[in-house]
Amino acid sequence: MQQYFYQLADHVQTQLRGGERYTLWLSGEASQFIRFNHGRVRQSGQVRQWYLSLRLVQGYRHVHASISLSADFDNDRQLLAAELLRLRDALTDVAEDPHLLLADEVHSTERTEASRLPPAEAMVEEIVSAAARYDLVGFLAAGPVCHGFASSEGQRNWHETASFHFDWSLYAGGDKAVKHSYAGFDWQREGMEAAIHQSASQLELLQRPARTIAPGSYRSYLTPSALGEVLDTLNWGGFSEKELQAKRSPLLRLREGSARLSPLVSLAEVSAGGLAPAFQHEGFLRPDSTPLIKSGRYAGSLISPRTAREYRLTTNGANASEAPESLQMAAGELPVSQALEALDTGLYISNLWYLNYSDRTACRLTGMTRFASFWVEGGKIVAPLNVMRFDDSLYRMLGDNLLALTEEREFLPDAATYGERSTSSLLLPGALLKGLEFVL
Amino acid sequence: MIETVRERFRALNTQVDFCSLRYVEERGEQLCVRQNVEQPLSTWIDRGAMITVIHEGGYGYAATSDLSSNGIKAALEQAKAWALRTRRHSVFDFNQARLGHPQGRYQVDSPRLHWNRRDMLGLLHTESAAAKRDERIVDWSAALMMAEVEQLYLTNDGGEVMQRFNYVIPNVMVTAFADGEAQTRSLGGQGNGYCQQGGVEIIERSRMVGSGRRVADEALQLLASPNCPTGSMDLLLMPEQMMLQIHESIGHPLELDRILGDERNYAGTSFVTLDMFGQYQYGSALLNVTYDPSRQDEFATFGWDDDGSAGEKTWLIRDGLLERPLGGAISQARAGMPGVANSRACSWNRPPIDRMANLNVEPGSSTLEGMIGSIERGVLMDTNVSWSIDDSRNKFQFSCEVGWLIENGEITGMVKNPGYRGISATFWRSLKQVGNESTFEVMGTPSCGKGEPNQAIRVGHASPACLFGDVEVFGGEI
Repeated sequence: MQQYFYQLADHVQTQLRGGERYTLWLSGEASQFIRFNHGRVRQSGQVRQWYLSLRLVQGYRHVHASISLSADFDNDRQLLAAELLRLRDALTDVAEDPHLLLADEVHSTERTEASRLPPAEAMVEEIVSAAARYDLVGFLAAGPVCHGFASSEGQRNWHETASFHFDWSLYAGGDKAVKHSYAGFDWQREGMEAAIHQSASQLELLQRPARTIAPGSYRSYLTPSALGEVLDTLNWGGFSEKELQAKRSPLLRLREGSARLSPLVSLAEVSAGGLAPAFQHEGFLRPDSTPLIKSGRYAGSLISPRTAREYRLTTNGANASEAPESLQMAAGELPVSQALEALDTGLYISNLWYLNYSDRTACRLTGMTRFASFWVEGGKIVAPLNVMRFDDSLYRMLGDNLLALTEEREFLPDAATYGERSTSSLLLPGALLKGLEFVL
Repeated sequence: MIETVRERFRALNTQVDFCSLRYVEERGEQLCVRQNVEQPLSTWIDRGAMITVIHEGGYGYAATSDLSSNGIKAALEQAKAWALRTRRHSVFDFNQARLGHPQGRYQVDSPRLHWNRRDMLGLLHTESAAAKRDERIVDWSAALMMAEVEQLYLTNDGGEVMQRFNYVIPNVMVTAFADGEAQTRSLGGQGNGYCQQGGVEIIERSRMVGSGRRVADEALQLLASPNCPTGSMDLLLMPEQMMLQIHESIGHPLELDRILGDERNYAGTSFVTLDMFGQYQYGSALLNVTYDPSRQDEFATFGWDDDGSAGEKTWLIRDGLLERPLGGAISQARAGMPGVANSRACSWNRPPIDRMANLNVEPGSSTLEGMIGSIERGVLMDTNVSWSIDDSRNKFQFSCEVGWLIENGEITGMVKNPGYRGISATFWRSLKQVGNESTFEVMGTPSCGKGEPNQAIRVGHASPACLFGDVEVFGGEI
């Protein structure tokens, strides 16, 4: 697809008229999608999609079109010709954009990893076999994903990998389940089976009589997955320079210095350690690392080219959403093996679910416990927890109430497939809190 | 392209028990003026087709944007291959679903949007300029989105359905800030709750004209308002919040695929079980909930769903009693019970699953003034801003942009950061009064998330204002 994309870019170049510029962004995948329920296949199929984003620029006027490509050059050439005409016409309708910022310097890059994946049907056979004894419900996505950028200045960027993400839950009965995933570039049957068996090892605990706790504050241990749900909520404008300027960011008080997090908390967008392309939609490259919070204090934001121009700042290669794509949290000193002992009595929370803000200014979040969450006494798991709603401020959770972070961190690739397969990821420790407020 | 796709599908030698092709072509445009500056004009054209095959009990699909004869033929072979590969492992013998071969056409009465880009931008500039009321207004925007969708559904036994839809979404959003606190107010909700099918008449219906100043004024009023009180009290929900309440705590729990367990790894399960239909008292006797694909202006109105089932208005909850789930043809066959035509996909590249379409609360007989007058102490809440609910769709907590305190039958002032929490299984039984037609509004959401692979789909919710008793209400921290 790389050569095809470059061929399209070269073709667009030939169609430009005096003073016109363009940028192209390609997002494509050939994905096998298989859903499982009760250890069997619910829905199986494949999706081949190639979306091209074409921006036509004339001076400070610019318009943008997203086009689904057929991957047939003659057909797509005609499609592009028609879109260029439409965009050229639309340019006369729009005003000059004082916030337009395109990359002037040319930085071409390329990263291509050949597929090492087995046929998806082989993966399915192995999953069904491994799941035979279990009530497994889950989803396998596999296949190549590619992203490309091209501009009239001659920049060319390409990022292509072929990965799999098998994300599943094993149910012990009712709503009690354990969730895990197995993802990567090299599928190993033994690795998948070991991961399922690891899930299964918690089923006995989940089949014990469940504990319902009363509302109140509880000492809690959040696994990296649970902490990831908390930090994902900050993607809604938390680190966005535009949202900080608009005063809607839930971390505004942190930036303004009227609130602090624990000195244990350091967060950074580490593009070099993630799965996302090292370039963004306007062709800017991303630095290897962008500090966001250092030792509990605000350290930086994610700045898209547009925001940079608007507020006279320097972009750090963020996309328009200004949300982290490769967020990492510094490790702590608590060995995971001692997490239960350190928790002593309280809640071991494997997953949180459906978080949202109950007071954005105060960065107060609400959400539910979900999957393999337990009541712990004396460092021993006693009973699975019936789902509970927490409602607490991040400034308390990761502020005074943060006792420790684990010294081991877990890499959590994003399983999301809205519109396209996500390339986002997290690298996080677990977190021990001396109190988390539950309300329902 | 539609005629070409039809010919190419008809030329296929399918040789399978059942095969369908669903072609979707969507063209759209997003206009936005933020802080009096036009944001980049964004347009899209998205077209492709999904072939679905049921063969020898297996089910497979293949989606492609290569609509050449070879591309469609390859998709058929790939869908057939997946059906054959998985038939031994399928959760269900899909041949039992007996998908139909419908014939027909659907489109709204006025098929043209009459979209004039310069006029639209002019309106957005006007509303944007009006929103900057004083220095405390720190961010403001006005936006319009439109989309035109054509959809062709063909089956291997002569089925053919052609449908056309037009969508318009107006939005105005204003953020006011003072003394370290931000308050954001919007037209219809920050999640684009004012979304309907039709043409530019939707702009007038939405009261977008003049909204820049109005929304900004309310954002400023919120800055000066006290926090919503905490305690158990009456709660009067307006349609801009009712749509969310219906969506999360009636719509999702009634989805049959959730009840059958398909969504347990992602969107979740349901506190509703198959044995509850026909005998479970979901709400008070005032609660009447319908699946209603008959309102032309509502966001998810259609003639047929994406498995070819015809839509027909159906009571899901009548006089509080749970009657029927939201389940399409395949889920109905799996569960052995009737459902509705709600097997839907967000576009050509996602397979149909059970989704809400238009899910409405039917109007009652109370006036808004009468409901307010009946409240000794309570809060009126409007326009959803936050939503969270457990994976069984029971314990929820929702917040609104704005609230008004009601004391002794009268509104006594605005309150900020209003929120409430409850449990679906008991909340609807506390429904005390249902507003009449004069309180009824057609709302929706353009992006209801569910499914693996994930899908964000258009959903409609129409509702009157509704009054609930003894609800746990709270405010913000400040």
